Amino acid sequence: MTNETDKKLTFNERLMSIDRRWVFLVLAIFVVVPLILGFSVKPVVSDEVRAIYDFVENLEPGQNLLVAIDYDPNALAELHPMAFAIMEQALAKRLKLVTLTLSQNGAGMAEQAVKAVVDSVKMYHGYTPEYGKDYVFLGYRPYFALVILGMGQNFRIPFPKDYYSTPLDSMPIMAKIQNYDQIAGVIDITGSNVADAWIAYGNGRYGVKVALGLTGVSASDYYPFYQSKQIIGLMGGMKGAAEYEFLCKNPGPATEAMGVQTFAHIVIIGFIVIGNIGYFLDKREKAKRKKEM
Amino acid sequence: MEQALNWETFWWTTLGVFLTLSTFSFLYKDNPFYKFAEHLVVGVSAGYFVIILYYNGLRPNLLDHLFMSNTWTPRFDQLYYLLPLILGVLMWARFSKKWSWVSRYPIALYIGIATGIAIPLEMRNRVIQQVYGTVGQTGFDFAKPGFFGIPSGIWDVILVILVIASLVYFFFSKEHKGWFGGLAKLGIYTLMIGFGASFGYTVMARISLFIQRVQYIKSWWEMFT
Repeated sequence: MTNETDKKLTFNERLMSIDRRWVFLVLAIFVVVPLILGFSVKPVVSDEVRAIYDFVENLEPGQNLLVAIDYDPNALAELHPMAFAIMEQALAKRLKLVTLTLSQNGAGMAEQAVKAVVDSVKMYHGYTPEYGKDYVFLGYRPYFALVILGMGQNFRIPFPKDYYSTPLDSMPIMAKIQNYDQIAGVIDITGSNVADAWIAYGNGRYGVKVALGLTGVSASDYYPFYQSKQIIGLMGGMKGAAEYEFLCKNPGPATEAMGVQTFAHIVIIGFIVIGNIGYFLDKREKAKRKKEM
Repeated sequence: MEQALNWETFWWTTLGVFLTLSTFSFLYKDNPFYKFAEHLVVGVSAGYFVIILYYNGLRPNLLDHLFMSNTWTPRFDQLYYLLPLILGVLMWARFSKKWSWVSRYPIALYIGIATGIAIPLEMRNRVIQQVYGTVGQTGFDFAKPGFFGIPSGIWDVILVILVIASLVYFFFSKEHKGWFGGLAKLGIYTLMIGFGASFGYTVMARISLFIQRVQYIKSWWEMFT
């Protein structure tokens, strides 16, 4: 029956109605093969990504940096490389790292990420960050807007204890931290509207410097905030992550993925061009037929 | 030196690979493997969220104030925490036809507080700061080189014109004809460029998800090699 329908389709119509499964198959081939062969491209660093790198790089050892791992595992592909690169850079620079998550399904994943970064710092930077002294994971609290506002008054309001139920006051890292006044900046890595809350309440209400690491889907919505200087920098999607890894000289999964992205984008552009050729040929043919009638 | 295979990691990773392939099988057509993976992720997420919410929300924010942590002995020094408990319980009245009106009180309080906090800050962040960012912070510096070597001042002028054109498109009290219509059309093209950028980013995001799963499968495969 499918064949009978196919026979009725003209060439132009066929171009416009390629079975989506062929598209998926071609795309899969163009993703898997370059990944196996190890094709890579050198990322071009954008100003908004460099701004975050420079900000972290210019902090003095001992200053406090807050990294908010505000995403669920479903955004891990794009955001994990950013979180890893920034946290590793911060710890390697001997900054005091305060981490937390405002994403309900992200607590376990965020904890694993922090542990993995600490292991990596031990292995590659010859430095062993100490929990409670050099870094801390505060865990998750619900209602992100209230948590962000609460931390503006005192971190102990939303987080009287850390993720492991250790009172904040018993940890040397938190002894000097009351609120955002003692935090050099917040880097929020998220795929949701938690970013809005950090801009509105963190920066707008308390004036803390905020930088964003975002999923590709939401990145373009936040460029106006970069232009208006409400955020100090912005990383968008896998490309932003690859740029950051490049700046940190710490190539990871994002760098590996960008080479593959190049091929995938070429395939998608190719299919868009094919669809458009079909559309314009069909339009011309219909106009021609109309003229003949 | 050959590294020993960690069987626990291997089995969990293998399960992850199986679920990944089950999910992608939907691209061919709906099937029981996909349904299994779909239901599993929904169920696990819901269960995980409930536990996380209890230990990170309900317990530290309410129960620890009303009871001693380990013995569950009532505490009488912070009885005012009963007030949010009562307000929370009242929310559940929505499920009763007879008592649903009671839930309006906590909802009204919640919306009132949220609105009071949000409106001034949102006005500042999304309107005043954005207008200032568009006009006030643009330098109109015609000596400084910008994109493609064109002075940044020219880009600033273009930016202001395109913002006005986009706003004109949404102004419906005057017919979009003549110079006004032309400006509205320029607004459409500006919006299209914006949507195009969003679309490009979205494509990259979706491909990124796929690449990450392939990287995961590759890491599983490398366990054998």
